[in-house]
Amino acid sequence: MTNQTAVLDEVMELESPLAHSEPAILSGPPGARGAELPAWFRDQQRTAWATFESLPFPNRKDQPWRFSSVDALDLSRYVPGPRLNETERTKILDHSIALDAVAGRLIFADEQLLRRDPLPEPLLKRGVLLMPLERALLEHEDLFRRHFMAQPATLGSAKFAALHQAWVTSGTFVYVPRGVEVELPIEIFHWLHGENAAVFPHILLIADELSKVTVIEHFRSAHRERAGFACGVNDLVVGQGAKVNYICAQNWNDKVLSIQMNATTVSREASGLSLNVHLGGAYSRFESLSRLTGEGARSDLLAVAVTDGTQEFDARTLQDHISPHTTSDLLYKNALTDRARNTFGGLIRVEPHAHFTDAYQTVRNLLLSDDAEANSMPGLEILADNVKCSHGATSGQINEEEMFYLLARGIPLPVAKQLLVSGFLNEVVDRLDHPAITDLVHGLIEDKFQHRPRE
Amino acid sequence: MNKLSITNLRVSIADQEIIRGLSLAVPKGEIHAIMGPNGSGKSTLAKVLTGHPDYKITAGEVLMDGENILALAPDERARKGLFLAFQYPSEIPGVTIANFLRAAVQARLPEGEELEATDYYAKLYEKMDLLEMDRSFTSRSVNEGFSGGEKKRNEILQLAMLQPKYAVLDETDSGLDIDALKVVAHGVNSLRGPNLGVILITHYQRLLDYIIPDHVHVMVQGRIVRSGGKELALELEEKGYESYETVKDEIGEPAMA
Repeated sequence: MTNQTAVLDEVMELESPLAHSEPAILSGPPGARGAELPAWFRDQQRTAWATFESLPFPNRKDQPWRFSSVDALDLSRYVPGPRLNETERTKILDHSIALDAVAGRLIFADEQLLRRDPLPEPLLKRGVLLMPLERALLEHEDLFRRHFMAQPATLGSAKFAALHQAWVTSGTFVYVPRGVEVELPIEIFHWLHGENAAVFPHILLIADELSKVTVIEHFRSAHRERAGFACGVNDLVVGQGAKVNYICAQNWNDKVLSIQMNATTVSREASGLSLNVHLGGAYSRFESLSRLTGEGARSDLLAVAVTDGTQEFDARTLQDHISPHTTSDLLYKNALTDRARNTFGGLIRVEPHAHFTDAYQTVRNLLLSDDAEANSMPGLEILADNVKCSHGATSGQINEEEMFYLLARGIPLPVAKQLLVSGFLNEVVDRLDHPAITDLVHGLIEDKFQHRPRE
Repeated sequence: MNKLSITNLRVSIADQEIIRGLSLAVPKGEIHAIMGPNGSGKSTLAKVLTGHPDYKITAGEVLMDGENILALAPDERARKGLFLAFQYPSEIPGVTIANFLRAAVQARLPEGEELEATDYYAKLYEKMDLLEMDRSFTSRSVNEGFSGGEKKRNEILQLAMLQPKYAVLDETDSGLDIDALKVVAHGVNSLRGPNLGVILITHYQRLLDYIIPDHVHVMVQGRIVRSGGKELALELEEKGYESYETVKDEIGEPAMA
């Protein structure tokens, strides 16, 4: 039901297609692969590639990359994954169900669409769209072009956003028309499969006025030992009075380099909630831009990260209050073991005239070992009056009295530790009002502990 | 053999001796009340028995059914059948009572055996009914935002669920109004029987109107200075602990500054 990443290891040693001829991603944008795409899109790709090449590589001296292990960003080894054979496809599909009840499901592996479980007839009739990007840019060109990568990546990863745009071909387009509520979640899987494979997961979600939708994206590795690179974008456009929940369940193996860029735009009286669960990756960076563009807009930015070994999780956020009477609430909680590192750099910006803003930013790090390292850089930039803002970042250890209470009940130390860590993270996870997904996330976190060697 | 036996126990914290040669034997099936003024070391005794890491045992032994438990880690002692109802139970944010108790019950099962969820919940609800606790309690975080009475009820719920051989109830009456006190006492009385030995630590006689002890001990300056039947509690209520001042002098310098 939950994380079955490890399972594939045993079954996938059939034939390793080591010899393939794809050139490295750094040798240039895709040629033949993009042949069937419209000219305007290919032009954008070429421009993006030029931008990628012109922008400098991140440097720790740049504030957006302060404390980041920029050496981890060497992209020279990554290549487009080879075509999957039937056996491989079947095995991956067997592991691509996380929620029992969904409105629709898309499953990608190494940029290849393996399966699409379409929306039910009533939703299709009401105009809800769930389709791969390459279909959307042909069939819904105006809508697509208006919103596709409309927000520039300003939190450090402009170079990677350009790389993404130069390469992206597969991904998801979701459109929910005015007044339509999609009750069940939409589930999307992105798998890394080939050795050193590069993927560019993309989702563009547009929720029109008074609509409602929940999307969960799973990021998983088919093999425990294979390195890979994921450079993804998730853009959420929340129309007036609409409500969007977006859950990112990042569970790559610990060899993967992952960069994810998010832009969320929340209109008047609308609400956007994103929950990012970061469990995998060697180096995983997440940039989140939340723009509150209409009065009464609300954005909840939630994240939990559980890192161990030498894993590094690097989060950069901007809560941008553009209109008055807007609310944003960021709550990030990280549990770090071994030599894991976490960095948080976040800014609340209240633009001129965005009076009566409520903005909160809270980061809590739970350090479970002496060698774990957490760096937090919260920030405020207030250019309006009558605002209520707070920000705070703390790091601490497990409370000894809480631990003793559990031990005194006969709960063994490793279990007690796991309970306390889960409890610490639950404050975030339980903010999501969706029991099935909450259970799923709890299960993923639990699995992460199960796979740790026992102390 | 069938007793919790403390012999000549000496305990200090930060070089200050708090328990100074305490001996006490509680056979299974009996309830022993320990009464004493503030600072006499009652709560220290409770924590030491459970294995709290802050205290240093300098002499003596504690045998549970003949086994020396001082060498065991706190969780091992608990699994072998020792229970402490805390005076100030910790709040555990984000961990529900259901999950917390399930982990504790699971820890008592043999290796490889999985807890049967339906049996577990049936038992949990039965015990909660006994303590007049609403079902919604199970989904609340352990002790978080609980009133004093709710916290103490939750301690007794755990006692009922974990079925220890010996239980130490540390000031279980503190912070309870009369109605809550009756409920808690009812819970303890219902668990009373030949398979449970209880040390009931209290400052006031009040609780002993509802949980009638088999024996009462007076603890002053880290020792048991007098033992008697349940009537001793009434005497203490009437006369207070002042009459033991002389005892204090005999012992020497006060244990607590």
